[in-house]
Amino acid sequence: MKLIIINYGAGNIKSIQFAFKRLGVEAILSNNIDEIRNADKVIFPGVGEASSAMKMLQESGLDKIIPTLKQPVLGICLGMQLMCNLSEEGNTKGLGIFNVDVKKFSKSVKVPQMGWNVIADLKSDLFKGIKDKEFMYLVHSFYAEKCDEMIAKTDYEIEYASALQKDNFYGVQFHPEKSGIKGSKILENFLKL
Amino acid sequence: MLTKRIVPCLDIKNGRTVKGVNFVNLIDAGDPVVLAKQYADLGADELVFLDIAATLENRGTTLDMVLKVAEQVNIPFTVGGGISSVEHVDALLKCGADKVSINSSAVKRPALINELADKFGSQCVVVAIDAKQVDGDWFVYLAGGTIPTEIKLFEWAKEVAKRGAGEILFTSMNHDGTKAGFANEALAHLSSLVNIPIIASGGAGTIEHFVDTFKEGKSDAALAASVFHFGEIPILDLKKALKEHNIPVRI
Repeated sequence: MKLIIINYGAGNIKSIQFAFKRLGVEAILSNNIDEIRNADKVIFPGVGEASSAMKMLQESGLDKIIPTLKQPVLGICLGMQLMCNLSEEGNTKGLGIFNVDVKKFSKSVKVPQMGWNVIADLKSDLFKGIKDKEFMYLVHSFYAEKCDEMIAKTDYEIEYASALQKDNFYGVQFHPEKSGIKGSKILENFLKL
Repeated sequence: MLTKRIVPCLDIKNGRTVKGVNFVNLIDAGDPVVLAKQYADLGADELVFLDIAATLENRGTTLDMVLKVAEQVNIPFTVGGGISSVEHVDALLKCGADKVSINSSAVKRPALINELADKFGSQCVVVAIDAKQVDGDWFVYLAGGTIPTEIKLFEWAKEVAKRGAGEILFTSMNHDGTKAGFANEALAHLSSLVNIPIIASGGAGTIEHFVDTFKEGKSDAALAASVFHFGEIPILDLKKALKEHNIPVRI
């Protein structure tokens, strides 16, 4: 099993590495295009601001490579948002893998949403063995709207897509690496896809 | 629905937990990794590590501890104490901390909040505020509550939110250590002033105090130390009681 975490300078990737280590799998950080192409599984992480993260992807040419990958790819948090069409954060054009836009939460709720909320209507092998309305840890100010590619939804003032899937591409808004044993189970499921 | 968070706080000195923690069947109560895992298993939603002896010389020891906690603990955690530079935060986040908490350094140089939010995102910037109510007005204190300032709590809270703090950890010095309940009036006012989550700290003594701070204080999370460390309030019992009061919690 060759597992690569795309390393483009965005976010705290140590926690993801450690989460896989607890599952007995070494996750290698890489920005090398050949290495990413030849991996069995790819993690696309991201924490921070959308437009600057997108710029870092463009500078390394990874924005062209990621949408052409054929193996299972998992975007986490901002990684998932960057796989969408257009984000209101910095008016950023994303990779367009998921046909949905990313909006900002309204002022009627506290922003960022920070803490544990449930994921519901689970629709993918990614969630095998996970019960409906399981708790996951989320930290975000922007959200993907409900759409055809939604495989989990969460309610924070409105219902939004907390996970997406299209072909070999998966995205989760929550942090499975920080969501206790259930989050760990989702990462394990991803390794088995 | 987003749930309310229960956050045990551990004091750290030279990479070890101090002030005593009394779990049953615990071989090494001073090991932050063992304690953190125990709390994660017991249902804590997040953890805070406060480095109470933070000095430049000890920085390496703390980073090493953060690395070990991140390696073994699968819930989010915040590190605070003596953090005053972008480089230091960078090092802590690279070791696997999810958030950092800044306090005195933010008061001395408020632009630090902007710098951290711009570079790492608001989600990992917690601004801790220690304040004391004197003749009706709340004033901010520095250096673990030892140095008074003329800064007013509510003005400062608005400013830190505007500068990009992702969360405020508010400790009432009038309530801290009393075990007589949280400063719910001030907490509720904070929640009405800023649109970021507020963590209540100082005063936890009974389960009822937690119910009150979520209901009356409108708090998003509640932090406590001794009531958890000495098993006075088991986290699961607390969460069950909160649920009975229709407060959303993760069980």
